[in-house]
Amino acid sequence: MHSSITIVGASLAGVRAAEALRSEGFKGNIKLLGDEAHIAYDRPPLSKSFLEGEMTSEKLSLLTTEKINELELEIRIDSRVSSLDIESRTLEVKGGVEEFDALIIATGARARKLPNTEKISGIHTLRSLDDSIKIRDSFKSGNPKVVVVGGGFIGCEVAATASALGIEVTIVESQEVPLSHVLGEEAGKVISELHTNNGVQLKCGVEVQEIRGDSQVEGVLLGDGTLLEADLVIVGIGAVPNTEWLENSGLTIENGVCCDQTCLAAPNIVAAGDVARWYHRGYGKSIRLEHWDNAAEQGKHAALRLLQTEAEAQPYAPIPWFWSDQFDRKIQLAGISDPEDDFEVIVDSPEEGRYTAIYGNEGRLKAVLGINRPRHVMQFKSLMENKASWKEALDFAREIK
Amino acid sequence: MRVVVDFDLCESNAICMQIAPDIFEVRDDDFLYVLNETPSEDRRSNLEESVQRCPKQAISIEE
Ligand SMILES: Cc1cc2nc3c(=O)[nH]c(=O)nc-3n(C[C@H](O)[C@H](O)[C@H](O)COP(=O)(O)OP(=O)(O)OC[C@H]3O[C@@H](n4cnc5c(N)ncnc54)[C@H](O)[C@@H]3O)c2cc1C
Ligand code: SF4
Repeated sequence: MHSSITIVGASLAGVRAAEALRSEGFKGNIKLLGDEAHIAYDRPPLSKSFLEGEMTSEKLSLLTTEKINELELEIRIDSRVSSLDIESRTLEVKGGVEEFDALIIATGARARKLPNTEKISGIHTLRSLDDSIKIRDSFKSGNPKVVVVGGGFIGCEVAATASALGIEVTIVESQEVPLSHVLGEEAGKVISELHTNNGVQLKCGVEVQEIRGDSQVEGVLLGDGTLLEADLVIVGIGAVPNTEWLENSGLTIENGVCCDQTCLAAPNIVAAGDVARWYHRGYGKSIRLEHWDNAAEQGKHAALRLLQTEAEAQPYAPIPWFWSDQFDRKIQLAGISDPEDDFEVIVDSPEEGRYTAIYGNEGRLKAVLGINRPRHVMQFKSLMENKASWKEALDFAREIK
Repeated sequence: MRVVVDFDLCESNAICMQIAPDIFEVRDDDFLYVLNETPSEDRRSNLEESVQRCPKQAISIEE
């Protein structure tokens, strides 16, 4: 049994890992090291209710003082880990070197930035509480013209929030239809119509050529020559896993920390959450997710793995699931969709704002998309867990129509 | 044990229903209904999983 387990990354996956260790009866020391100035908090509201200005930051907290005491956690904030030495089982942490018996890697991901824009103010990415506070404050000052670069889920959410606050906002997206690389064109169009119907401007099929402005951003020049005026630019062009500190550790890093099917990266070292790429037995390949539910569940699974022998270890093979809130719509996707999949719309009711569609290939149900259709999403998710065929999914669809 | 849902927090995403369909149901009207407020002890582990996976932390168990 290990006497001390160190968790690097004090966010959702890390906190859930610590909780799981204690509920499994682990009595040793648990250290939680994070590089932010805040104690663990929840990120999804940062582009939604928190950004809209209704919520206090205390409401985001993932750990209360009572909880920390109850779990007997040794927490350190503002403590970036800069390297890992597997041989000596040590970490280089801001201010010194720390030993560990077993390690949980939960350093998540950070927002990708537009190159060469550091010196211009008014350009933001959105990943942390501080990012969200800055954007929220800018939303409130004057009547800013906002350009969102990237029409992915976070970009779409920020645009929806801005628009709901009465702010003029344009999304610039390089694909012809936002989200079509995940959802396919038809479903992507449903979501882009939601935006245009609510007053968001969309500029699609065009790249950002240049950010205009010296010290303060003034505009965004697009590849087709259009110049969009902007006081505020929010960049949502994806996330990069935080693995730099592991580069010379000997662990395999390929767009994430590579793990086996049980979340083990090396003996006594596991990874979980947005930073982890693991072999998903159900899909027969390695995947990395950036979903809340996965960070929570994988944090738990990976932590328990450290307490198990190889014979006891269980594969981690969930059906992925995430949600995104845009305007008054709750968009949910369960499974892994591919634009090339067979695609079947089951409900399409613009009056009610409801939509359900399923994706399949090789005769299997692969994913379900729901807009304000949580019940359907969960029903199809259960079918996926039971490895339903495409035909079974279509039969079920007929039943619930 | 007693299941308590804070309906001000609940956003009806139905993950609890998928984990414990005998306790939670999100119906066609998109509202969550608690089908069994006092489940038996053998439902504890499923219920605890619902508590943990609710993204709004809207579910709690009172002993
Ligand atoms: C704005 C926003 C909205 C979102 N909305 C949704 C949503 O609606 N639905 C959904 O399913 N998911 C959503 N997500 C995704 C979800 O929040 C993430 O999947 C989840 O936060 C991942 O948790 P994690 O613990 O793996 O990593 P993170 O939350 O990224 O945490 C990693 C932590 O490790 C720290 N760290 C990094 N490197 C080091 C180091 N070297 N030393 C010490 N500490 C380090 C980081 O600063 C951070 O605090 C959203 C994310 C964002 C940013
Ligand atoms: S999981 Fe939580 S938010 Fe979702 S329906 Fe259940 S109680 Fe409501």
